[in-house]
Amino acid sequence: MSGLPTVVVGGVGQSAIGRRLNRSPLALTVEAVLAALHDAGLSPADIDGVSTWPGSTARTPGFSGVGVWELQDALGLELDWFSGGPETAGQLGAVVNAYAAVAAGLARRVVCFRTVWESTAQSPEHRASIVGAGTGRIGGWPQWLSPFGAVSAANWTAMLAQRHFHEFGTTREQLAAIALTQRANAARNPAAIFRDPLTLDAYLGSRMISDPLCLLDCDIPVDGSTAIVVTRADMAAGLRRPGLPIASIGCALRSRPSWDQFDDLTTMAARDAAAMLWSRTDLKPADVDVALLYDGFSFLTLAWLEALGFCGRGESGPFVEHGTRIAPDGDLPLNPHGGQLSAGRLHGFGFLHEACLQLWGDAGERQIPKRPAVAAVAAGGGPLGGCLLLTTP
Amino acid sequence: MTPLPLPELDFENRAFWTGGAEGELRIARCRACGLWLHPPQPVCRACHNTDIDHQAVAGTGRVFTFTVNRQPWLPGLDVPSVLAIVELDEQAGLRVFTRLVEVEPDTVAIGLRVMVRFEAVDDVWLPLFAPLEES
Repeated sequence: MSGLPTVVVGGVGQSAIGRRLNRSPLALTVEAVLAALHDAGLSPADIDGVSTWPGSTARTPGFSGVGVWELQDALGLELDWFSGGPETAGQLGAVVNAYAAVAAGLARRVVCFRTVWESTAQSPEHRASIVGAGTGRIGGWPQWLSPFGAVSAANWTAMLAQRHFHEFGTTREQLAAIALTQRANAARNPAAIFRDPLTLDAYLGSRMISDPLCLLDCDIPVDGSTAIVVTRADMAAGLRRPGLPIASIGCALRSRPSWDQFDDLTTMAARDAAAMLWSRTDLKPADVDVALLYDGFSFLTLAWLEALGFCGRGESGPFVEHGTRIAPDGDLPLNPHGGQLSAGRLHGFGFLHEACLQLWGDAGERQIPKRPAVAAVAAGGGPLGGCLLLTTP
Repeated sequence: MTPLPLPELDFENRAFWTGGAEGELRIARCRACGLWLHPPQPVCRACHNTDIDHQAVAGTGRVFTFTVNRQPWLPGLDVPSVLAIVELDEQAGLRVFTRLVEVEPDTVAIGLRVMVRFEAVDDVWLPLFAPLEES
């Protein structure tokens, strides 16, 4: 991406993460943002940009609740640029927008955040994130799914997984490697929700949710907010952290934006985003030292592994089988923090947060043995997909 | 009685959601190039012609993928149920999301031949699919 200024991540922060924290989403957001600013060595007065996903409107209970206005007013920010909304290349679209604003000189220091409070917000009658529930009529894309009973992303993702099993012979035992590896990694993450070891037998015996996905293939609703600070490399001097360059971005969607109409149901939008990512850099998949790949459902991680070229098309099952390659000391360490499957459904930004800590060498007990210089970060499933490459300075 | 939401009928989707009143699965089709389009749109994705009508398809196809949902997401939701994407015979890649009925969940496989049947709910005729018995 020659000709453009180098844009970097200058700091990261998170609120407390947990279940039933009984705190407002704004309180969680402020905590995360202040932590990110402290991490960067900045104060709210230094911030002139805000970017967030999906904005204040929550599609389902706890899915959001805080947008640009809420944060701006809470901290008394004076902004030159801001953006919040759901129609981007997945959750990382907020970071892509921040990158563009900083590169164009519209803002100097942008804070990006993603806040969820699904654990507290969901009443006992609504145990999950469901689209289109209720007695009102629905329009838009959910109308093609919900009236038949497909009210959960677990259903939509399961159908992609089923097709992958059919086309490539992928098995539940192979898919299990995602959940098992994440859980083993979570043992080293004090902020993770589930940290007890998991066996293949326990996985195979676990309750089926929507075939072929079982309970352990689905992420855990939590309350939590994650914030990062994006700035220009030539403005990062004097900050507490060495800025981590955003070396490439993939945000393309060149195919039908739909969970059921996408031409290849085994790849999803990740295919287009990943192709764009590699077209904009000299880095190759083999250069990636640590992978932070979305695992809202375990199958989505397999799809990202293939889309990003870490393994061949349809080969993600054998690639992850037994968990050797994706272990912290493997060829491609995956989600050292435990992912959303074990560390909680922060819905996209947790991967970026962990990537930064790993690159800074600041991941404590779960720092991967081989100090990483290049991290791949990906978020989103189905028609949502966005990815980044981050490097050490 | 399911607690599931119904679609809001609009200019584009009405033919699809109400064709079942006459026993027809109506799919949008471009009158210029003949491409079948689903979900229905006011323009052809391939040739950008805006002369679109809605024609009855045979109602037969194959299961392209499916899942057996076992989680009662909503109170009163029947489980297990078989959700499927059916590829209609009229065109490769022409897919309709649906629910399968009159079938044992454990007998469903990708490639299963199916035929549409309609379930009337209020002013909507939901296109569901059942195994096609071929003689």
